[in-house]
Amino acid sequence: MSDHDAVLVASPSQTVGPFFHVGPGNSDRLGRMAAADVPGEHIQLRVRVVDGDGVAVADALIELWQADAGGTYPQAPPEGMPLPPFSGFGRLGTNDEGWCTFDTVRPGGRGAGDLREAAHIAVCVFARGLLRHLYTRIYFEGDPMLSADPLLSLVPQDRRTTLLASRLHDGTWEFIVRLQGDRETVFFDL
Amino acid sequence: MTDRRSLEAGTQPPLLYPPYRSTVKRAPAQPLIRIPERYTALAVPLYGYLPIGETDNDLTRQHAAEPLGERIIVSGRVLDEDGRAVPHTLVEVWQCNAAGRYRHRWDNHPAPLDPNFSGAGRTVTDANGRYEFVTIKPGAYPWGNHDNAWRPAHIHFSLFGYSLATRLVTQMYFPNDPLCAYDPMYQSVPDERARLRLVSSFDLARTRPGWALGYRFDIVLRGGHSTPFEGRV
Repeated sequence: MSDHDAVLVASPSQTVGPFFHVGPGNSDRLGRMAAADVPGEHIQLRVRVVDGDGVAVADALIELWQADAGGTYPQAPPEGMPLPPFSGFGRLGTNDEGWCTFDTVRPGGRGAGDLREAAHIAVCVFARGLLRHLYTRIYFEGDPMLSADPLLSLVPQDRRTTLLASRLHDGTWEFIVRLQGDRETVFFDL
Repeated sequence: MTDRRSLEAGTQPPLLYPPYRSTVKRAPAQPLIRIPERYTALAVPLYGYLPIGETDNDLTRQHAAEPLGERIIVSGRVLDEDGRAVPHTLVEVWQCNAAGRYRHRWDNHPAPLDPNFSGAGRTVTDANGRYEFVTIKPGAYPWGNHDNAWRPAHIHFSLFGYSLATRLVTQMYFPNDPLCAYDPMYQSVPDERARLRLVSSFDLARTRPGWALGYRFDIVLRGGHSTPFEGRV
């Protein structure tokens, strides 16, 4: 039996449009992912989105999903129990210059053996002009685990750097999403 | 159980669709790189930090008075591709007002704002995957994509489902809207059965006598799920 016998047609994706600040983009709270008491190395992560002309995308919605500093994805507690202090989920709209800034903790690496993955953050990019959202990953420049990461090894060598956040002098991490053109960011198909 | 079942060709829009002009400089030109399934068993994120408020699923009760416009009830089920309910998943909506104007600094359509309408709602599906919103019917509005371009009346929907792979942002249209034939967003989906998934149906059973018309809008998320979902948003 093929995958498509007797299955429902999935709902098509449609663009988030330019006006998502009315709804999913209406709160800055989801940019503050880690309160002071969350264990781990607290980092500020600046994400910028630019188009094929290098022009700022001022109407992108960025979602981050990540593990905690120990490399574990936060789990739902039993019914009635309080949520853990770190949810691993962040969401912000970009500003007029295409930037948004998350306060979070640096995630730990995950898995073991052949499945051992370098520390990374999963990213969903939504924007006007994107009929489907895009998936990418943020890895951390200088991480000794990068060379052994099984997913990065699927990416052509000359494009791997598009997945690296770089650390600025002030300690801030910066990641540029280039939707198209020169140094186009690697996007994944899940 | 998998969230990674390949979607049938033509049931999702392409990234580059020149009739929708904004895709031209924003669609990636390089092919996407397929991630093997074993690396992305990323469960639904914990997303309980903004608790659902009492009026979050009733967009007509979020201000001092009722918004202007035709009051409607939009309800339906969230299902997977096997037709199984997706329970306890967050559903977010946003829309313009009855005059076709968003409460947004970039919306310069010369139509009135409504002080009693913000246009945002959120709810969580019940154990059977059902959700319901009360709102007003959004208006059509012009946009700059091409000469005399108008968006058909629509409500934006955002859903999470089970995992990173089931994340969906989509739009709901209304039955028999003549503008859909001219709308590049709607028309970007090649497969007609998939396009029709985006169109709600009039629902007499959910129409509340003397009060509001009902529209039914079921949403099908990618994947099949043979085991019950125990998580929460």
